[in-house]
Amino acid sequence: MKLLSRKASCNSHGQDSSYFAGWQEYEKNPYDEVKNPQGIIQMGLAENQLSFDLLESWLAQNPDAAGFKRNGESIFRELALFQDYHGLPAFKNAMVEFMAEIRGNKVSFDSNNLVLTAGATSANETLMFCLANSGEAFLLPTPYYPGFDRDLKWRTEAEIVPIQCSSSNGFRITKSALEEAYQQAQNRNLKVKGVLVTNPSNPLGISLSRHELNLLLSFIAAKGIHLISDEIYSGTVFNSPGFVSIMEVLMNKNYVNSPVWNRVHIVYSLSKDLGLPGFRVGAIYSNDKKVVETATKMSSFGLISSQTQYLLSEMLSDKKFTKNYVSENRKRVKQRHAMLIRGLKNAGIPCLESNAGLFCWVDMSHLLSSKTFEAEMELWKKIVYQVGLNISPGSSCHCIEPGWFRMCFANMSEQTLNLAMQRIKSFVNSISESNMNISPNQQYSNKSSRRKSFSKWVFRLSFHDRETER
Amino acid sequence: MTRNPDSEPETRKPTRTGMRLIVPLQGIVQGRGGLLLGSLIPCALVYFFQVYLKRDRSSNPPSPSTSAVNLPGLPRSSSRANLRVHVSARASSIAKPNDSPYYIGLDRVREDPYDEMNNPNGILQLGLSENRLTLDLIEEWLSKNLSGSMLAEGGDDLNIRGIATYQPSDGLMELKVAMAGFMTEVMGSTVSFNPSSVVLTSGATPALEILSFCLADQGNAFLVPTPYYPGFDRDMRWRTGVELIPVHCRSCDDFTLSIKALDQAFNQARKRGQKVRGVLISNPSNPVGNLLSRDMLYDLLDFARERNIHIISDEIFAGSTHGNEEFVSMAEILDSEDSDRDRVHIIYGLSKDFSLPGFRVGVIYSFNENVLAASRKLTRFASVSTPTQRLVVSMLSDTQFTREYMKTNRERIKTMHDLFVEGLRELGIESAKSSAGLYCFVDMSRLISPYNEKGELELWDKLLNISKINVTPGSACHCIEPGWFRCCYTTLNEKEIPLVIKRIRKVVETCKRSG
Repeated sequence: MKLLSRKASCNSHGQDSSYFAGWQEYEKNPYDEVKNPQGIIQMGLAENQLSFDLLESWLAQNPDAAGFKRNGESIFRELALFQDYHGLPAFKNAMVEFMAEIRGNKVSFDSNNLVLTAGATSANETLMFCLANSGEAFLLPTPYYPGFDRDLKWRTEAEIVPIQCSSSNGFRITKSALEEAYQQAQNRNLKVKGVLVTNPSNPLGISLSRHELNLLLSFIAAKGIHLISDEIYSGTVFNSPGFVSIMEVLMNKNYVNSPVWNRVHIVYSLSKDLGLPGFRVGAIYSNDKKVVETATKMSSFGLISSQTQYLLSEMLSDKKFTKNYVSENRKRVKQRHAMLIRGLKNAGIPCLESNAGLFCWVDMSHLLSSKTFEAEMELWKKIVYQVGLNISPGSSCHCIEPGWFRMCFANMSEQTLNLAMQRIKSFVNSISESNMNISPNQQYSNKSSRRKSFSKWVFRLSFHDRETER
Repeated sequence: MTRNPDSEPETRKPTRTGMRLIVPLQGIVQGRGGLLLGSLIPCALVYFFQVYLKRDRSSNPPSPSTSAVNLPGLPRSSSRANLRVHVSARASSIAKPNDSPYYIGLDRVREDPYDEMNNPNGILQLGLSENRLTLDLIEEWLSKNLSGSMLAEGGDDLNIRGIATYQPSDGLMELKVAMAGFMTEVMGSTVSFNPSSVVLTSGATPALEILSFCLADQGNAFLVPTPYYPGFDRDMRWRTGVELIPVHCRSCDDFTLSIKALDQAFNQARKRGQKVRGVLISNPSNPVGNLLSRDMLYDLLDFARERNIHIISDEIFAGSTHGNEEFVSMAEILDSEDSDRDRVHIIYGLSKDFSLPGFRVGVIYSFNENVLAASRKLTRFASVSTPTQRLVVSMLSDTQFTREYMKTNRERIKTMHDLFVEGLRELGIESAKSSAGLYCFVDMSRLISPYNEKGELELWDKLLNISKINVTPGSACHCIEPGWFRCCYTTLNEKEIPLVIKRIRKVVETCKRSG
């Protein structure tokens, strides 16, 4: 018997995609400078480890915050019992002010419109539950974060219809792409409930332009649908044109009194900007009272620990700290990004020009044996196993052009990044050497045998019981 | 993991309450015919609905103050008109004001909480099963053990890496080990819990929902003995589309579950074409506070085996016993019955026994590898915050402390229980026999008039608005007998018990006078 539900038994959690498979390989053989210098370097995790020292020094100077004390007095009892899904008021206030600060204080937020959730993963899922019925669809520009297939679709039974973006215009969202996606949904008999974008984009690392934002607003206004703007990387924008939040455009364009005002929702989190994914802090911001009310009640399924709420309310209320942190963090992300670009350039690998994020969108199409996704998988396998770098293949992000990969740079030390660059350079050199030596016939047979082993390997991975998963 | 279900269960779209009401009604009117019944019944329903609504409005909290200056509100009519298109059906059904007295009462206390100094005429909270009796012991432990380096990874230097970075979503292994050890201690040491079968969630609320998603499809049902914790309606059903079928227990049986009643309910469901996926029990039970006997647990397991269904045992109050009866976990009877382990799943957490509801630490404990695998994946939506995990690891690993804590906690619960029950007895009010929990299930049926849900809610209203005490009416717990109320006494201190009794006395006297 012991039947599980369909949801528990099926594969729509997307956990078997190559995005997660790469992590598995990394976990079996993780790089360590001392203990395992030949191991796989993790470049598939968009984590920000660049500014821990700033957090640590604040904590050392403010022991009360972690010690359940406010102004020297213990508030442990209050926190131990606090499970109100409206959230700790001090924390919500601090959050909205921090969000405003990141947006250069060009917009301000009302803490009554903020809903706290255990991470952005929970926020995204909750919003989908609020906005889409089972079988209804959201349009997402490709390439997009692989986790969305799980977060937005699994339990909610919503659908994702891609808005195809291509390198011809730097993967920017166009009006025709939007319309085409909408039409696609119609053809599939799917009712479209909204559009979801990440701004800055994951995996592209670019902040959406004003033009794109305006396009999106006109589109949702015309179709009468929602817009979710996942802005969890907003604090990692390090170059011009700077970050423009959808809220800013909404206010400028005099959408304030229109129905569109109520149909734009923002998702935020401290996992990327503050580098605290373990804390599980996410938020939904909406101007729509019903959405806020519903999401608040749903947040019962993923409340943030009161201990964490208090600690962070103290930290984020320290304006001197947040101001310094935001600017210093940006500097470090910019620096590290530049390092990666240099290293890639040195290996003759171009990437999309980006101004944000903890990763680069890298073009390795010239290294593919053919312009196909099979070839992309072959290349990826080589990079994971032979080169020892776990990077995310574009196909796992639903990119329509093969050969693109996402490489993260903020979750390792400088030395490790340097090593990764050396490895890539050696790999590229070895390819060009072997390409010069190999005969056309040999190339063909090599390709076909690679293809066979590829499908076996993928088959094995996708049915691998994830018991060993952490 | 791909596993194909070997039978195709019927899926039913979750029907709205309206539909439920109309269908049986049509049966009555059509069957019996007659203008009289056809017009009388709807009128009566409308009357009761209006009366309920009126009371509901008067006790509804005022809507929260609206937004800041820079957010002009939309004209109300247009947002209402957009509502149907605007948000999902799930959201629409949830967004309407909580009309359960359970939630209304909690809201009222939030607005007007009793405080000895600042608000002596405020509402005394007896509607939330929270334990405030033993927090001082935890505070004391913290002051001795929590230095500024709580966040450090065992070393002296502050090192945030250990708690800041991504961790396994189903919890740190150290916490699973500590939690398994704690559960073993709490549930009687005869069964030992395996850390690999522990899945950590941000509270028991998501733990229940995750199990519901794993074990049942939309439209499937769980059998639940009544009276039951009002939160089950939300946790098990809301987003999952799963149904709960009440299996009524009666005061003449001390609200003990009967397998016969379960069986009847199962058969009736089958006749309706509704697929039952499992039984959901709480042990110790909430709101009654009784314990399931070893024999009953064995019978339950037999029943589940015969019907090929699951058992979810919510054991969150396992450590909060105050009577002489021994608590027996489902895990304990399973040790010897290996073949059916796969159908048993236990819910636990630190919100009740350890008084830390704010920290959001819940547990799914299952013997079924597939359920564990699926649950682990779902914890991405409900993980425990890492700094909290680290703190709890330290606390639970200090077994001398936890032993002392649980012992003292039980003693204090007993003291409060005895005081409260005695005080009620002086008023001529009895409560159901109970050996555990942070509350008692009190029989005020002689004080209500008429002897039905309406009478019960009127009394509840009086208690809330006149006596200023918030208790949970049995109807919110789906109790089939009117007049019962759940009163939690562990949110009070000893001084406040006489005050509560005094306030109840006032209402009792009013009822006696008018009755």
